[in-house]
Amino acid sequence: MSETPFRVGPPRGWEALDLAELWDFRELVWFLVWRDVKVRYKRALLGVAWALVQPAMTMVIFTIVFGRLAGLPSEGVPYPLFTLAALLPWQLFSGAVNGSSNSLIGNSALLSKVYFPRLIMPLASVAATVVDLAVALGLLVVMMAWYAHAPTAAILTLPLFVVIALVTAFGIGLWITALTVKYRDVQYLIPFAMQFLLLASPVAYSSQVVPDGTARMLFALNPLVGIVQGFRWALLGTAPPTLAVMAPSLLIATVLLVSGLFFFRRMEATFADVI
Amino acid sequence: MSDVAIRTEGLRKRYQLGARASAFRYGALRDTLSDLLAAPFRRAAGREQSANGRAPHIWALDGVTLEVRKGEVLGVIGRNGSGKSTLLKILSRITRPTEGWADLYGRVGSLLEVGTGFHPELTGRENIFLNGAILGMRRAEILRKFDDIVDFSGVSKFIDTPVRHYSSGMYVRLAFAVAAHLEPEVLLVDEVLAVGDAAFQRQCLGKMQDVSQSGRTILFVSHNMPAVTRLCSRAVLLTDGRISEDGPADTVVSRYLSAELGTAAVREWADQASAPGNEAVRLKSVRVIDADGRPVDSIDVRRAVGVEIVFDVTAQKYQFVPGFTLANDEGQPIFNAIDTAPAWREARPPGQYTTIGWIPGNLLNEGRVVVSVALGTFVAGGRSIRQAHALDVVSFQVVDPGEGGTARGDYPGHWPAPVRPLLQWTTVRR
Repeated sequence: MSETPFRVGPPRGWEALDLAELWDFRELVWFLVWRDVKVRYKRALLGVAWALVQPAMTMVIFTIVFGRLAGLPSEGVPYPLFTLAALLPWQLFSGAVNGSSNSLIGNSALLSKVYFPRLIMPLASVAATVVDLAVALGLLVVMMAWYAHAPTAAILTLPLFVVIALVTAFGIGLWITALTVKYRDVQYLIPFAMQFLLLASPVAYSSQVVPDGTARMLFALNPLVGIVQGFRWALLGTAPPTLAVMAPSLLIATVLLVSGLFFFRRMEATFADVI
Repeated sequence: MSDVAIRTEGLRKRYQLGARASAFRYGALRDTLSDLLAAPFRRAAGREQSANGRAPHIWALDGVTLEVRKGEVLGVIGRNGSGKSTLLKILSRITRPTEGWADLYGRVGSLLEVGTGFHPELTGRENIFLNGAILGMRRAEILRKFDDIVDFSGVSKFIDTPVRHYSSGMYVRLAFAVAAHLEPEVLLVDEVLAVGDAAFQRQCLGKMQDVSQSGRTILFVSHNMPAVTRLCSRAVLLTDGRISEDGPADTVVSRYLSAELGTAAVREWADQASAPGNEAVRLKSVRVIDADGRPVDSIDVRRAVGVEIVFDVTAQKYQFVPGFTLANDEGQPIFNAIDTAPAWREARPPGQYTTIGWIPGNLLNEGRVVVSVALGTFVAGGRSIRQAHALDVVSFQVVDPGEGGTARGDYPGHWPAPVRPLLQWTTVRR
């Protein structure tokens, strides 16, 4: 009988992605998601409360500052709903970016003791953020009932926008993760970058207030614009995102994901040595 | 050939110094950026960079070529920093070699550190599934083995308790139970025996024996030399990242310990003037020999071993009572022996003498035995004077090939104390 051995050799720079191996380890992804969720929601009430408090508090603050004090227009929707519908994708995105960025350093003991495709770590932490989204969606449902604001048929497109948000976050997360292992100071840049990104996204304000011209072109380069607008449209029935907004979002999400995967793969070989 | 489990060719692994050893083991982006900026100037200034870049490096592995056959139990020994752990890390795919390659035939499982990935907030049951998945087991496989794992761990009562409430012993037992049921074709074991109590160590050794008897391959990295000689058929000694010895486990262990202790089985003094002794006597040689009179580094625990002392008496002046002291490698004395024959209580006539003291089989325990020899003179008042004395002059390894016929019987675990005589037992039942 002849067997094909598995060969362990030196890293060769840019390598092919081993998706078959990733598939072999799919159960591990599931177990890690399950672990993260289980640990977070172990004390059920507290876990759920945490997932609710953050969007709820942000919503209240934004409503007071931007809705009442600044009096920003909200596309004919009550301002609290308007901003909460955007906070959901924002928190999904920031949670996924933060989670995947910390996934390797947070599991460094595991990384230096056991082999598994390293990609599983950021993948699992991105997947785990979906649970928080589900909890926060509950809050939105209650709010919509309170304001008697019925969803439209556009709600059927929500999963699509969830996926786009996750893919974008995963792509960015992969870059940050791989860079963070090698350069720890990258992690100090992240809170700043996230703050900037929040203000550059139409979470507290409507895309319609962005003036035409250069500002709007730059605005459309932010992949979150399409995602946030898409969430708002799907959940509240506001103006749908145009192709001019969605096309850059999709393109950037794809480029980030593919380049992130290959960059991560390239850096993967050195993780255990430097972590 | 398909009877190979692992084959490596010229494995080398380079670590940046400081990249691993210091607290600042990761680079900082600003360093890299400032280095990039400074690089042209540095070159302009004519300062030489080291061949690989900035930092000095070490080769943790420096050309390891090795073939392990299926079903072989290979011990990997060597000092700390000799590359043992790096080798296992490459074979378990945690890190990649810098040069060379390793071919792995079949599933490789590792016990590099038990309990990796346990989460304190999760229960024992949940951790079994999580840890199993991390080690590469399928859910169905874990379900199938679940009861065995729980039985083996002995913590079944607390299986639904979060493991943060476990004692460290329970924690380790549960973790090992999961790992032990991985059933890989190749099992890599690194120092698991260093943790846990004697009962746990016995369980570990027993499990490893089971695994090896079922025809699977084991690579066993350990500092526990008796365990290596007992479990392994073959051993390699790593020195500075290279294989410096490869052969039967007892031989390799014995050579390693000889080198470590600076003593071998034979010691000869070429220069008589500097040999231990005085104007009336000089030691010529001390050897450890087997029943056939051949010098031996290691001896089967069941067989007799002799300590041979050769000395020259140059003047008939004193009595010379030959004797020796055995100690283990921790310096703990095992016993003292002297030749009590009445003839030696007289002043000894000149000539060359060869004295052998035979230590019977099934008396010493496994491990390293270090011999000190002396020629003594008894004087009035029950005292003695050592005329020639050689401290820690030779050493040998006592090994148990695990074939039975020893005081161990079929018990594979830790066996304390320096001696382990095979006793006569009688039992009467009333």
